[in-house]
Amino acid sequence: MKKFKENLSGRIFLLFALSSISALALITVFIVVRGIPIISDVGIMDFVFGMNWAPTEGEYGIFPMIVGTVAVSLGAGLIGVPIGLCCSIFLSEFAPPFITTVFRPAIQLLAGIPSVVYGFWGLIFIVPLIRDYLGGPGLSILAASIILAIMILPTVVSISEVSLLALPRQYKEGALALGLTHWQTIRCVMLPAAKSGIVAAVILGIGRAIGETMAVIMIVGNAVAMPESILDPVRTLTTNIGIEMGYATGIHQEALFATGIILFVVIMILNATAQYITRKKSG
Amino acid sequence: MSENNIKIEIKNFSFYYGQKQVIHDLNLKIHKNEIMSFFGPANGGVTTLLRSLNRLFELNHNTRSEGDILIDGESIFDPDASVTELRRKVGMVFEIPTPLPLSIFDNVAYGPRLNKKKSKDEINEVVEQAIKQAALWDDVSDRLRAPAMSLSGGQQQRLCIARVLALKPEVIILDRACSGLDPISTAKIEESLTKLKKQFTIVIAPHNVQQAMRISDRAAFMLMGYLVEAGADIFTHPQDQRTDDYITGRFG
Repeated sequence: MKKFKENLSGRIFLLFALSSISALALITVFIVVRGIPIISDVGIMDFVFGMNWAPTEGEYGIFPMIVGTVAVSLGAGLIGVPIGLCCSIFLSEFAPPFITTVFRPAIQLLAGIPSVVYGFWGLIFIVPLIRDYLGGPGLSILAASIILAIMILPTVVSISEVSLLALPRQYKEGALALGLTHWQTIRCVMLPAAKSGIVAAVILGIGRAIGETMAVIMIVGNAVAMPESILDPVRTLTTNIGIEMGYATGIHQEALFATGIILFVVIMILNATAQYITRKKSG
Repeated sequence: MSENNIKIEIKNFSFYYGQKQVIHDLNLKIHKNEIMSFFGPANGGVTTLLRSLNRLFELNHNTRSEGDILIDGESIFDPDASVTELRRKVGMVFEIPTPLPLSIFDNVAYGPRLNKKKSKDEINEVVEQAIKQAALWDDVSDRLRAPAMSLSGGQQQRLCIARVLALKPEVIILDRACSGLDPISTAKIEESLTKLKKQFTIVIAPHNVQQAMRISDRAAFMLMGYLVEAGADIFTHPQDQRTDDYITGRFG
């Protein structure tokens, strides 16, 4: 009887584990089945590198949106990563305990703010600021980059902080005992030693920026055109799906699923890279 | 011993972790060019004392010291004294070898490169000399560019000694530096230490009484934060019953 119970419990847990995996499998299969036909009809090169997106007229080129996604995520990384990294160095190395106890949950709280609130705040606060002081419509790559930079902070800060704190105490003591200053110790010993964790933090942060939709829709302008400056509006891959899914039917809908495939592939590559880098460290 | 032969003078030194006092009013003079060892059972305050000599305990929050430590007659706690200067003067080797994730050469060249601007030739010379002094040259001369982590434990520890020597310190502290090593590596390190004392003052926490007997010129027995006694003939003629009990193995 006891043995039967043991076996049963194992199976029940297996069932639940399978359900989460099968969700991934279902979504993947669904997207691929719905999206592949249009990619093969249009041709992968024309789909990915096509300059025109006019689904009602049979034009399915998503290149401007790829450029938009890359520009917005890169911008978010350029702004968010240095801030996040400095923040994690401060928290792990400089901050006295009472500051850490306030700072750390506060930064985690950023992850809890709904993205629509970020978007709304960006629309009301950041967009007019850019329009008034830098020109252009305000709805722009820059606006989206700034908002996304804030949104990726919790990811960048917590992962890089953990990798700094996980370093053996002896690295730091050894370096300090050699007569290095605190900053030299951080720069020449701790950051290089925590490099893989920090790179993983950056990649996961950028991955988050690429996937974000709601906040970006509200502030990026959504014009399907090649941007000429960071003050121009663009449309990203995610916002393309978000905007058009409401009314898309038939081939148009398939084209949106195909956009999803491209996104899926990009995010998978990024996550795999992050995993590879973190694993190389421990291995 | 004449007064100008004194390298380190510990005066009425007490140390606290929070409310707990771990060193009680300790007074001791350490001479130039001697190997001075501090030994005793765990929690005796030896590691804390050694870490006080280069102010490494300052990494821990909530610590406090009283009294003074003078090196060459100058207080190491002087507000104007530079901690990094002190740590270059007082090199330290830890219980667990701590090579940095760099090549063998770079581990040793690290300190000289950062501390003083030197030409490539000078650095090469300093590194080679330091590795030779640490009795490691024969093991690694053909693979200086290999990662330091590829060395054995004993070689890593000698590398750490070389790294300290490359800084041209005046005092070398070894905190149970041989405890994880095999007898052959230990013998090599002890041999190089006896050579090195001609140039340096060496303060060591040996990992057992036998090592203290083998290499020390003078030794100090510490128990529960108190210095019980110190002297050159502590092993042959201990003055205190507790010292006698400890070195003869009646407790410990």
